[in-house]
Amino acid sequence: MTASSGHPTRSGLTRRQSLFGGLCLCCLGTAGLSPRAYAETFTMDEVGPGIFIRKGLIADADAQNLDAIANIGFIVGENGVLVTESGGSLADGQWLRSEIAKRTDKPITHVVLTHVHPDHAFGAGAFVADKPVFVGHAKLKEALDARGEFYRKRLIDLFGEEKTGPVVYPTMAVADTAEIDLGDRTLVFTAHGPAHTTSDLSMRDSKSGLLFPADLLFVERIPSLDGSLKGWLKELERIKATGAAQAVPGHGPVRVELAPAVADLTAYLTALRDETKAAIAKDVPIDKAVGLVAQGQQDKWKLFEHYNRRNVTVAYQELEWD
Amino acid sequence: MRPTLAFTLAFSAATLFAPLAHAAGASDTDQERNARWQEIAKSIFGDKTIESTDTLVKIEAPKRAEDAALVPITLSMPDREKIKSVSLIIDDNPAPYAAKFEFGPAADTRELKLRVRVNNYTDMHAVVETPDGKLYEAKQFVKASGGCSAPMGMSDEEAMKGMGDMRMKFAEAQPGKPVEATLMIRHPNFSGMQMNQVTRDFTPARYIDKVTVSAGDETVFTMTGDISIASNPVINFGFKPDGKAIKVAASDNQGGRWSHSFNAPSPTN
Ligand SMILES: [Zn+2]
Ligand SMILES: [Zn+2]
Repeated sequence: MTASSGHPTRSGLTRRQSLFGGLCLCCLGTAGLSPRAYAETFTMDEVGPGIFIRKGLIADADAQNLDAIANIGFIVGENGVLVTESGGSLADGQWLRSEIAKRTDKPITHVVLTHVHPDHAFGAGAFVADKPVFVGHAKLKEALDARGEFYRKRLIDLFGEEKTGPVVYPTMAVADTAEIDLGDRTLVFTAHGPAHTTSDLSMRDSKSGLLFPADLLFVERIPSLDGSLKGWLKELERIKATGAAQAVPGHGPVRVELAPAVADLTAYLTALRDETKAAIAKDVPIDKAVGLVAQGQQDKWKLFEHYNRRNVTVAYQELEWD
Repeated sequence: MRPTLAFTLAFSAATLFAPLAHAAGASDTDQERNARWQEIAKSIFGDKTIESTDTLVKIEAPKRAEDAALVPITLSMPDREKIKSVSLIIDDNPAPYAAKFEFGPAADTRELKLRVRVNNYTDMHAVVETPDGKLYEAKQFVKASGGCSAPMGMSDEEAMKGMGDMRMKFAEAQPGKPVEATLMIRHPNFSGMQMNQVTRDFTPARYIDKVTVSAGDETVFTMTGDISIASNPVINFGFKPDGKAIKVAASDNQGGRWSHSFNAPSPTN
């Protein structure tokens, strides 16, 4: 059977790839690169002792970028390597695994699944053969049950099954807090209430003091609301209360001062909450509210337009029943 | 004979995957879309001719939906006297016939809003029936995908909490004028296409199939609904208050029955 007639996914992919490639030259600046070569243009930054992070693209997942849009990386401990975020696709995870191999021979003992979103979860397939402990929020299994296949199909539509990979489940569930000892450093985990999603897990490294709030902290890229707006504002208080000075956000620069970053995010979420509430109180329907709420935040975030309208839609549904 | 919504459902079940097979719904030609609409229209309205209109009914929808599982739609029907009912059809949804509103004497049809799921790049049609039985259609193209199969943000169990709870909000009333109202119903409106991976099964369709709103003794509207209505249905409508209570009776396809009564707003003097 020839590839062209016998493999619909693949031929569809090729067609779409060229389509996306053509469309995306302007915004991504990656003309002519194959997806693989494209992934290889990423670099790892050492943001702390033995802590390496790759900055995700500020873009949506597409055929070209293989969903490499989140900040992913790893921490090298005395006894092994902990993957802080696995990547947005099997291909993204494989690239991360090769970056680890370039820097250490230590075994990969832990992979953190910070929450249910595909840009953070689908790299996990690249580490299954290492038999690490997959660490996740106690609610992550349920969330993956409901959405894992749905996300997988969407990624397959973009870049095919081979590069997408399987849905990987946590083998260690954190309901409240937990610790992982890597020998010379300990990682302390906190399972959060509904916020960015319903399965947000944050982590603190004892050696560097760095906080890893994952997508509880967006910088530069507009936050996406998929859990609870009121809950997120509440959990940000807990993030502040950690007293950490610096953090590795889920999106944006690989290392930031925590306080101003939390303040910026809080300002956006507060505007979203207060202005949505005001719209509901004034009987402004959802279709009008999406164009009015939080417009004062427009210049402060990349990808604002689309995601803000979506966030208002989510916030409106949460707040209209109050 | 006018085919009922149930009839249309049978039709759409048979063609359940036809629209999905059009993976590239975005690239369909106008001709293909039109052919599909002709087929759907025939299944719903039989051989009756449907004239197009840009006055009797207008559809307003986002050109590109932010959230395919919640696409807000506004139907404007300025001439109350000429409207007996309106049907909303989302051509490329697995069950295209999204809703039908039959208006009663207490209705004000100028603006009707509801929230729907959209599964594909699709034409949407609003078809109004006039009191003399004629049909008129308006059309709008919407870009969205995956709305029917999009998982809920919570477990099925959680999504069913408070099922049947209702709220109604009224805009400020002026003496002698129709009043705008917002009806909210807690109900997951499971589409039957949302998969639960534990059981490798789909959560069975469970959706609001009928809502009747009346003001005192007069009907405002009866809505026949389907899986294309978004979860936690919200309907904005207009009615002519007569000072008596507003009653809502809702049912779903699994035998759920709920009714609530709301105090009508009294005109402020
Ligand atoms: Zn993310
Ligand atoms: Zn996320």
